[in-house]
Amino acid sequence: MGVIYILITISIIIAVLFFVAFIYAVKSGQYDDSYTPSVRMLFDDEIVVKSPEKNNKS
Amino acid sequence: MEKEYCYHCGDMNAIYIQFDEKVFCCNGCKTVYEILNQSALTKYYDIEKSPGIAPEALQGKYDYLENKEIISSLIEFDDETIQIVNLYVPHIHCSSCIWVLENLNKLNVKIVTTQVNFPKKTVRITYNLATISLKQVVELLCSIGYEPYISLDDSKKKNHKIDHSLLFKLVTAGFAFGNVMFLSFPEYFELNEFWLNQYKLFFHQIMLVFSLPVVFYAAQDYFISAYKGLKHKILNIDVPIALGILVLFIRSTYDITTHTGQGFLDSLCGLVFFLLLGKFFQQKTYSFLSFERDYKSYFPIAVTKINGEEESAIPVQEIKKGDRLLVRNEELIPVDAILIKGEARIDYSFVTGEEKPIKKTYGDKLFAGGKQTEGILEVEATKSISQSYLTQLWDNDVFKINKQDKLETITDSISKYFTVIILAITFITALYWFVVDSTVVINAVSAVLIVACPCALALSAPFTLGNVLRILGKHKLYLKNTEVIESLSKITTVVFDKTGTLTQSQESDILYEGVELFEEDLVAIKSVLRASNHPLSRMLYEHLGPKDILDVANFTETMGKGITGTVNEKILKIGSAPFVGLVDGITSETNVYVNKDAIILGKYTFKNKYRSGVLPIFEKLNKKYKLVVLSGDNEGEKKYLEKTLPKETQLLFQQKPEDKLHFIKELQEKGEQVLMVGDGLNDSGALAQSNVGIVIAENVNVFSPACDAIIDATKFEKIPSLLSIGTQARQLIIASFVLSFLYNIVGLSYAVTGNLSPIIAAILMPLSSISVVTFVTIWSNIMVKKSKLNSSSI
Repeated sequence: MGVIYILITISIIIAVLFFVAFIYAVKSGQYDDSYTPSVRMLFDDEIVVKSPEKNNKS
Repeated sequence: MEKEYCYHCGDMNAIYIQFDEKVFCCNGCKTVYEILNQSALTKYYDIEKSPGIAPEALQGKYDYLENKEIISSLIEFDDETIQIVNLYVPHIHCSSCIWVLENLNKLNVKIVTTQVNFPKKTVRITYNLATISLKQVVELLCSIGYEPYISLDDSKKKNHKIDHSLLFKLVTAGFAFGNVMFLSFPEYFELNEFWLNQYKLFFHQIMLVFSLPVVFYAAQDYFISAYKGLKHKILNIDVPIALGILVLFIRSTYDITTHTGQGFLDSLCGLVFFLLLGKFFQQKTYSFLSFERDYKSYFPIAVTKINGEEESAIPVQEIKKGDRLLVRNEELIPVDAILIKGEARIDYSFVTGEEKPIKKTYGDKLFAGGKQTEGILEVEATKSISQSYLTQLWDNDVFKINKQDKLETITDSISKYFTVIILAITFITALYWFVVDSTVVINAVSAVLIVACPCALALSAPFTLGNVLRILGKHKLYLKNTEVIESLSKITTVVFDKTGTLTQSQESDILYEGVELFEEDLVAIKSVLRASNHPLSRMLYEHLGPKDILDVANFTETMGKGITGTVNEKILKIGSAPFVGLVDGITSETNVYVNKDAIILGKYTFKNKYRSGVLPIFEKLNKKYKLVVLSGDNEGEKKYLEKTLPKETQLLFQQKPEDKLHFIKELQEKGEQVLMVGDGLNDSGALAQSNVGIVIAENVNVFSPACDAIIDATKFEKIPSLLSIGTQARQLIIASFVLSFLYNIVGLSYAVTGNLSPIIAAILMPLSSISVVTFVTIWSNIMVKKSKLNSSSI
């Protein structure tokens, strides 16, 4: 059952990695603006030139 | 002509411009459409309907952005080739705005990237310095209708870093809490299981390692605060908490190292986690609001200085006495000055809340903070910016004191007694066991200190107040922090500003006095007014209601005096007293006279319109609080107010900003707890001095002076409810204190006998915390619902 030592060590290392990842995410400002990215992701990357009739969708 | 809305900004078409099968209200909107169309950016219009803002004319407005000193004070990053600037653009209001601003590099290749922060309404622009200057960037933004707002406030180098340390501490504690729970749980159920006994030591050691960052990092604020408290001989709530954490840690370390038990590490981590959670919950920031603004947010960063024939932009801090300055239309006068040239119509709404422009002529004194509304002025500065009448107010010491430091919170006042009682119980327990069985002393004493650790007590106030704060925010009552709610519960006197607070700045009551006007006269007046852009003409035009519009011949507008026009061969003159041929008596009222064919028909008087609900609010508050109205205006309205407001109300007029501050100070010296309700910069001193300063904002997105709470003007009637919520929140906290005391008593009954096992501690601590949190959350929701913040009645 010595494997328990290895398993616990691995699981703690993984947990600590996630912990560090979260701290990094906060520090790099990813949580500073929680609204704009939600809109930004909806924009198409390519600009499509549409005929004027199709405009005015809200 | 069919009624159509401008394709770009959604305004009703005043001037009909057709272009590319679309209609526009003005050339500005058409230009924006053209720019976007050429760059194939018309998707802008797909995202939202009529998303734009009509751009304004510029005329050298941003010349100051060529000044190196000003540029360097504004930009965030500069490495000679690339510059990054973060600009505040108030017009950002929909997803189209984000889209077009983030596609700026398609409009102009010299811009590298742009990133919008929507809640803060800022845009960060990275551009190539070799090809484009800051001025051109700003002008590009203006040309598509996104004019940035650059004020003196932007010039100081600010550290924008948000303090995340509390979050990190919370996360550390939570992380450790979860892991320690897992490791300590098995022992609670299977005490003598074979494999568990094999690994028990290993588990204990890992738990100890996990708890180290909790004690030495996450909980450090409690130790610091307890130490500071003891140094000032104050027994604050953090003293028993710090003591509890310390005892928990030392006892657990002792148990684990001597292999005598598993210790209380799960309780320790849980305790710190819950405490920090409470602290975290207590914080609520509104990204679109600032409670810290001073005059700098209102003032321009630069001003045009006239040096003989030469005009140059200088930072406002460099204005010296005697400088000749140029003030353009819509520009703010940054210093006290004397008018040298031009017709001044100054809008002091930033300062007093009064929007009607005041006329000034050659040689008149102009005060800093006024906004020119017509044409160009030349003025001579009589003071430097920091010595101006308005800005001097900020030299007062009140602006340097943090109000929270003065407030003794309810938790603090209770914890004084609590700590003494706990220490007494500990002492008695120690004494008792010393006599009876001295081997149990350490055990019993540490158990008492562990159980007595006032976790639930420390959580009651943060969760109650944090929850109330959030609910109020949803109802457009924005409070700076939870201390404001506690301060509200102690208020004894309510002081109101008049102009802009009790009165509405955008609307006036208009009364007519004079010869009876027939329909044809009204039609003629309205027709003449139609061509004028003056705010008073506009208000009167609206007031007259729907009428036929006749053609007006020979229309002329004399700036700041009045308008003339011929309707049906009758010459109408509408304007000030001298304009229509009367002697200008000094009155406190705003009058507009009407003269038809050289006969004066009568006058329209513009009276301040009081907000709806002023009377009921005063009557309601009068039962409980002393009421005062402080006005910077003359006594014109005194009689009206005396008649309508409750008799006890004290009325004071012609109060300068410093007078307001000193008045509040005097009240406080008499032992009153003062709530100040104001709106303009002239109330800033009073707002800072008062125990709670509330600002009424017509539009919460527009700046409000530094204060403790910002209330949307539509919620003005809710002030009595707000005060009663403050009182009720206090009662609720006291009730939850009683509840948490009960838990403490249960725990203590185990502890004094020396029988506290880790499992009891592990159950009792989270149970008490969670039940107290649930109780206050549910009850505060019910409490606010009962106060009817939603309904229109009060």
